[in-house]
Amino acid sequence: MEKQLLRLNVNDQNYEIYINPKTLLVEAIRDHIELTGTKRGCDTVSCGACTVVVDDMAVKACSVLAVQAEGTKILTSEGLEVNGKLAPIQKAFLDEGAFQCGFCTSGMLMSSVAFLNETKKPTEKEIRDGIEGNICRCTGYNSIVRAIDSVAKGKYTEDKV
Amino acid sequence: MNKYTVINPHEPFKVINTHIHNVDGWAKVTGRAAYTFDIKLPGMLYGKILRSPHPHANIRGIDASKALALDGVKAVVTGKDTLGIKQGIWRRYKDLCDEQILPVDKVRYIGEPVAAVAATTEEIAEKALDLIEVDYEVLPAVFEPLDAIKKGAPEIHEGFERNINVTRHIEWGEVEEGFEEAEYIREDWFRCGGQAHMCMETRCAVSSYTPDKKLTIYHSNQSPYYMQGLMAGVLDMREGDIRVVAPYVGGGFGGKFELDGAIFCTAILSMKCYKPVKIVYTREEDFIASKRRTPMFYYTRTGVKKDGTFCAREAKVFTNGGAYTGMGATALYLTGFFHSFPYRWKGYRYDGYRVYTNTLPSTSMRGFGAPQAMWCSEQQIEWIAADLGLDPIEMRRKNSHQEGTILPGQATIASCGIDQCYDEITKWIKGKGKLPANRSIGISACGFMSGGIFNWFDSPYSFSSAVVTINQDGTVELHIGAQEIGQGSNTTMAIICAETLGVKVEDIKVHSGDTDHCPPDLGAWGSRQTLMTGNATKMASENAKKQLLEFAYAQSGLNIVYDLDIKDRWVHAIARPERGEDFVKLVRKALRGKDGQKIVGRGYYTPHRKGMISPAYSYMLQGVEVEVDEETGKITLMDSMTAHDCGQPINHLGLIGQLEGAFSMAAGYGYLEYMPYEDGKLMNPNLVDYKMIRAPEMPPANIAEIDTYEPEGPYGAKEAGEGLTNPTAAAIGNALFHRFGVQMKECPVRPEMVVNALKEKKEKEAAEKK
Repeated sequence: MEKQLLRLNVNDQNYEIYINPKTLLVEAIRDHIELTGTKRGCDTVSCGACTVVVDDMAVKACSVLAVQAEGTKILTSEGLEVNGKLAPIQKAFLDEGAFQCGFCTSGMLMSSVAFLNETKKPTEKEIRDGIEGNICRCTGYNSIVRAIDSVAKGKYTEDKV
Repeated sequence: MNKYTVINPHEPFKVINTHIHNVDGWAKVTGRAAYTFDIKLPGMLYGKILRSPHPHANIRGIDASKALALDGVKAVVTGKDTLGIKQGIWRRYKDLCDEQILPVDKVRYIGEPVAAVAATTEEIAEKALDLIEVDYEVLPAVFEPLDAIKKGAPEIHEGFERNINVTRHIEWGEVEEGFEEAEYIREDWFRCGGQAHMCMETRCAVSSYTPDKKLTIYHSNQSPYYMQGLMAGVLDMREGDIRVVAPYVGGGFGGKFELDGAIFCTAILSMKCYKPVKIVYTREEDFIASKRRTPMFYYTRTGVKKDGTFCAREAKVFTNGGAYTGMGATALYLTGFFHSFPYRWKGYRYDGYRVYTNTLPSTSMRGFGAPQAMWCSEQQIEWIAADLGLDPIEMRRKNSHQEGTILPGQATIASCGIDQCYDEITKWIKGKGKLPANRSIGISACGFMSGGIFNWFDSPYSFSSAVVTINQDGTVELHIGAQEIGQGSNTTMAIICAETLGVKVEDIKVHSGDTDHCPPDLGAWGSRQTLMTGNATKMASENAKKQLLEFAYAQSGLNIVYDLDIKDRWVHAIARPERGEDFVKLVRKALRGKDGQKIVGRGYYTPHRKGMISPAYSYMLQGVEVEVDEETGKITLMDSMTAHDCGQPINHLGLIGQLEGAFSMAAGYGYLEYMPYEDGKLMNPNLVDYKMIRAPEMPPANIAEIDTYEPEGPYGAKEAGEGLTNPTAAAIGNALFHRFGVQMKECPVRPEMVVNALKEKKEKEAAEKK
């Protein structure tokens, strides 16, 4: 297939890349734009390691073509901090030890961000359901649930960037 | 949510067991952490591996000419391009070195590498695989150990009679006498499943061979030093000419300290074309062609007195070794050893047989044979208590290890907090009151090692080493060979270093995961790093501190009866803490006194006279509250409680994370993570069909930490995080037993097994009524 020019907006930065139209969004982000914080852990849209936020919605970036994301605003884990200042969810992950090997962390953060945007006072069950699509082999999830809960409860309100 | 309690906390430390963030946390929560998976070198090629579709076949010939003719293909390698050296991590024992990563003339399992391609893109490499023609002579195959030991079964490796790969015998005390004294004897057969490590980062490597005959390898692994040694062996190179870098590693769990297809094939391909080559396993490849937890058939016979005193036990085990040895020989020993835990016996005997089959090789996985041992032991003990009408917790308690327990020829238990674990579990159960009718509780006990006293690798180096360097501004470089794989070892070592030197964690820069720059260390397996690398780090830090304090003494003019110490970057007389001086100022003076040489402290550790297995043992009890849907057989975990003795906790956040994480993996082994094979083919090699615990399935994980003091560990610390993979499956089984009276003899317990067990029970009861 002929390569085509694609314009993507990732973390408020415009990128122009030449890609094969069947390139997945995760491939565009990792291999073309070279933001490697976003990972891949499977080939079956099952693990959530590649989750990014597209126009406020958590999307598994291996499940959509890069061309489908044209005209949207994409947020990855690299876009969470502003001028070296961590976002509340990043601070909460540090405080709760909500990561171990870290390979699922970027995707887990992005699912958390999208979840917290749409659910204001979540119950524990809602938090767990909110990250059901993300596998973490290390932590057993409870520290991640605690981290999301502490952000939802406003622990980091003053840190909002 | 979770409750965390500490029983008998020790004197407060400045750094140890305080709320310290993971030292790699910043990189991991900002997407900056670069894994092998993310590495891209200039001019790098992409590799793919052609895998055997047959469980057992001779390779008669391979024609790669069409693949080589494809535009973009730079190299194709097969077994013929290698030295054909049979390797294994048990390299002291030649007959256990049985695996050619690219076999020369025979494949022994579906998914085994046959050829590898390097091309300018991954897509081209994949296309090229289809163009390689392999002429196989398909051989009869055998998949189950109990079939493979039969006379006339297909021979998988030449010269191994009845396909028996390794045998292990353990015996201590008076077994026959013990059984004679026993007033009740029970025997059972069990079957334990395999389990996939399922590291989020699949096996991957980038190798770069250069014309100066040096090889640099980036590889996702648990022991860069082992990889360096093993690669030197298969390539007939000097270790020093190979550099292995393990940057951030996306999980290991016991599955990443042997050679894999990624590291070996990238190296061979790079040596052929002098360009960096990268191979990343797909998830399917990771399932079918890495390794797995060892499936086992267990026979266990236990004799007790009517009052519940344990007398003797004997066990016979046949394990499905798969096609090669790997770490399976160690798992075979350790399952036998831990099958006796955590109890005292008059006599104990174990015979283990590891059997080759034409399936994915089995190996070490978190728990190292003990989860299987406990699945059988802890259920049988529960049934014995029921048979005799005894309280299962009190029966366990009266037979448990204590401080000073000796396992003849094997181990001496120097610290043991299991008695208080029983108290805490009992409290938790009582606190629940009456449970709803569809719920029940199961418990299970175990103990685990803090690193192995094994040197089958034949390393001439200390098991662990550390170097501490103090810079002129008071910052500290800590060089260790321990491997961080997510378990938090970098943080744990930084904490030990900061506590010992009397500085803050942010003063320490940890260097690990690079054989060129770090001292050798056996790496992350068998729960060894906190104790072993921790001791080396403490020794190196003490050594550097002593050099500093010598200067401080010399200039202080203090009476010799007074001691100096450093806390919070303040060097002072212990008796007069207000009299002192800033750490950085002292460092600068000390440097001048050393003719400008940095202060360097060295430390090392190798266990001596600590028995056969491990220098120290952790103890724990796991309780689970389980809900079961009788119609569907679906199991739901409602709550859990861990009572745990890891000596002195070092890394507070890390410890909680390790216990919660171990619980989730252990519970998965108990009721979800199933690896069904048909004719040697794994039927669910993907994350849709291989079920694991996800966030909604995870119950609260309450923890009571029993702080004991382990004399052999740094600051009294011992194992945490691997041992807790052991008890949970049996705890789930025991919960089912208490609810329904059914005895589950196979794990993982799938819904249809629960339904069938209930049906059988009803039929039996109906027949008895008639």
